[in-house]
Order: sequence, then structure tokens, then C-alpha cells
Amino acid sequence: MAIVAVVDYGAGNSRSVLYALQRLSVDAVFTADPDTIRRADKVIFPGVGNAGSAMKKLKNTGLDTVIPGLQQPVLGVCLGLQLMCRHTTEEDTRGMGIFDSGVTHFASQAERMSGLKIPHMGWNVVDGNKGHLLSGIPENSYFYFVHGYFAEVSRWTTGTTDYGLIFSSVMEKDNFFATQFHPEKSGDSGEAVLKNFLAL
Amino acid sequence: MLTFRIIPCLDVRDGRTVKGVNFLNLADAGDPVELAATYRDEGADELVFLDITATHERRKTLLFLVKKVAEKLNIPFTVGGGISTVEDVGALLQAGADKISVNSAAVCSPELISELAWHFGSQCVVVAVDAKKTSGGAWQVFTAGGRTPTDRELFSWVREAEERGAGEILFTSMDHDGTRKGYANEALARISETLNIPVIASGGAGKPEDFYNAWKKGKADAALAAGLFHYKELSINTLKEYLRSRNVPVRI
Repeated sequence: MAIVAVVDYGAGNSRSVLYALQRLSVDAVFTADPDTIRRADKVIFPGVGNAGSAMKKLKNTGLDTVIPGLQQPVLGVCLGLQLMCRHTTEEDTRGMGIFDSGVTHFASQAERMSGLKIPHMGWNVVDGNKGHLLSGIPENSYFYFVHGYFAEVSRWTTGTTDYGLIFSSVMEKDNFFATQFHPEKSGDSGEAVLKNFLAL
Repeated sequence: MLTFRIIPCLDVRDGRTVKGVNFLNLADAGDPVELAATYRDEGADELVFLDITATHERRKTLLFLVKKVAEKLNIPFTVGGGISTVEDVGALLQAGADKISVNSAAVCSPELISELAWHFGSQCVVVAVDAKKTSGGAWQVFTAGGRTPTDRELFSWVREAEERGAGEILFTSMDHDGTRKGYANEALARISETLNIPVIASGGAGKPEDFYNAWKKGKADAALAAGLFHYKELSINTLKEYLRSRNVPVRI
């Protein structure tokens, strides 16, 4: 049985990710141990909260260099996606640089956000099905988002979402995958994304 | 485009779902775990679980139920009721809640909102507000499940909650709650236009049109209801089909 490591760095709703894996009958370990993470068949890097303090926690445990060096499929979720990018303006934080994209706050684009609430919270659609994660999922399926910062569209973007502006909601590069939405909280379509990742 | 969210609320006491009228006369409305699974299958966009147990066993019972519900739910799950410390919230998130809602404790010590936002992020802090229109026309905030009047005024209180880091406001009009005559749309619209965070309408849903009006007139981002769904008078599927036919963006 394949083992999935869920990275424990004290950032948010990891329990929801573990329950989602349990519903899919997947054997998961919740760990901060670099060796366990390196040995896992797949790695999920979840997270909600503040990028600055999350990055500090990753540095303290050395995981900021372990994660970019992983060879097996890795799935970043929400803050996980943002920390896999080059830089985020949230507390001017340097990310792990797996995706060469910048992350900025919706409020920095004030003229496009008029009348829209921040954070972007709720169910929205994802456009694009070039990559692996959205494979077989119908167009216009809804996913659950909660975030105030967004990753710019780059060459690694395989799915985009429109909220005043177009941002990266799915990114893929080699063995690295990431979603801005929460697949573990996105109903059946979210479960399909997790299954696609687990089948890689 | 973001969809208008439909949120069933489970008021839970001693491990059972209950429903009252104007915060009183509680009647049994079923097993919360079963109801949660039913709502998930019917297309609920989120679930709110409000614990109104008053016994000493409360915390243990609640954490056990939260875990059982969270294991089944693949949609966001908010838990509220009697939450007053960072430790309470930590334990609930650990049990599987995605967000928590605070009410009385936040009114008594508003710095709790800032502390929770700092520890867990604004995205998981819902500030629930129960209010009632006084004879003078002002909206007065109540605590303790609508039993205790406070000297706070609704619109300034929700503004303060947002400034302190609330991620969402769940506004219940006590005048409308349980009456099934529609939401307090005027007050809702005023809150929604004042704040830059999402507002959830609560109290008064009786028919599909009430949800439409909460969106259209109340400018709410989401609408919450309890009894209407528990007694199977209205299914979430049917409600969403109706809303879609009136051009409200909903997830189907």
C-alpha cells in the first residue's frame, strides 16, 4: 500500500486533508520528519494561514530545502501552492521557488476588485484541463477557495480562476502539483482531483 | 464568479439536533451526523454546527461529534457555541472543524477575535452576531443565545469585528429567527455594503424566495437556515434549482 506523507508544519487545517485521505482509504502519515517525507510514495503539503510564519516554521525544520528536492509526486494546497512559488508579498516572504511565479494580494489590484470582497472565499470554477490534476473533471466544476493572496499566471499554470482578475488555481511542473482551492473541501470534484494526484 | 452559498445549520444540544422558535421552545430534529451526511449529498455548500449544550460534559460531547461529522464531510464545516479561548478553537480545529464561530465571548472581550485571527488566520474566524431592532429603531446586539442585551450597536460592532480580523460575519436577526417570514434584508444590505468580508444571512427563511431576497436585496454572500431543511420541507437541491432559474449563481 502506498504511503502518503502529509507535511506537518503547524499550518492550519491538516486534519481535513487527513480525513479526506481516510475517506479514499489511503494510508497517510502526518509528519514533520524529513526522512519519512523523503521515503513516502506521495507528499501532500497543505496549509492555511500566514506565509511569513509558515515559511519560518519550514526553515526551522529544514523542510524548505527538503520539499524542493523531492522526486515523488508532491501536491501543495492553498498556502502550500503560494509557498512553492518564488516570492509572496505577504510579509515580503521568499518562497521555495519551485514555480517561478510571484504571489500578491488581491487588494494590490484595487481597480479590478471594485465591489468584490477580499478574501476570495467560497465556490468558484477553474478553467483549463491541460494538466494531470483536472483530467476527466467536467468543465465548470466548482471548487472551494479561501485566500487573500493569489499566484500570477505563469508557464506552470494549468488551471485558472477569475475573481476580478485571472489567477493560477492549478500549477504543475514535473513532479510538483498545486491547487489554490481546497480539494479536501471541494465535494466530489475535489475528491476527483485528489484521486488524480494519488493515481500519478 | 463566486456562488451564493447555501448553509444548513445544526443547532445541537446533548448530541441531538434541536430547533426552536425565537430562540425558545426547543424540539428534537434528528441525529446531527446523519443530517450532516444528508445535507452534503443534497448539495449544501457548507455546514454550520452550533452547540447549545449547557452541561459540564459539553466539551467532550462536542469534540466527539465534531470528529464524527468532519470525517464524513467533504465541504467546509464551521463549529460554534460557547467558544471563549484559543485552546477551545485549537481543540475544535484539531477535531476537524475548518472554521469556528464566536459570539458572546467576542462581545465580552473583543480582543479574542484578534487573538484567534493571529493564531489560526482570519479565514477560520466567523463572528456570529445576534441582534434585535429596538423600539427606537436601532439594532441592539444580544449575547448568550439571545438572552442578554448588551450596549453594543450592530453596525459598529460588525465593523469592529472586521477590523479585529473576523473572516466572515454571521448575522442573525432575532426578530426574524424562526418566523419564516424572510431575512432582515435591509440590515443585511447595510452590513454587506459597510464591510469587505462575506456576510451570512441567518434567521427567518421560510420559502425559496426568502433566499433570493437575501441575495438580491440583502446582498448577502451566503444564507443559513435550520428548521426548514431539518423537517425536509425544502431540499437544498430544489432550492438551488429555483435560485438558478432566477439567475442567482449557485453551485449545482
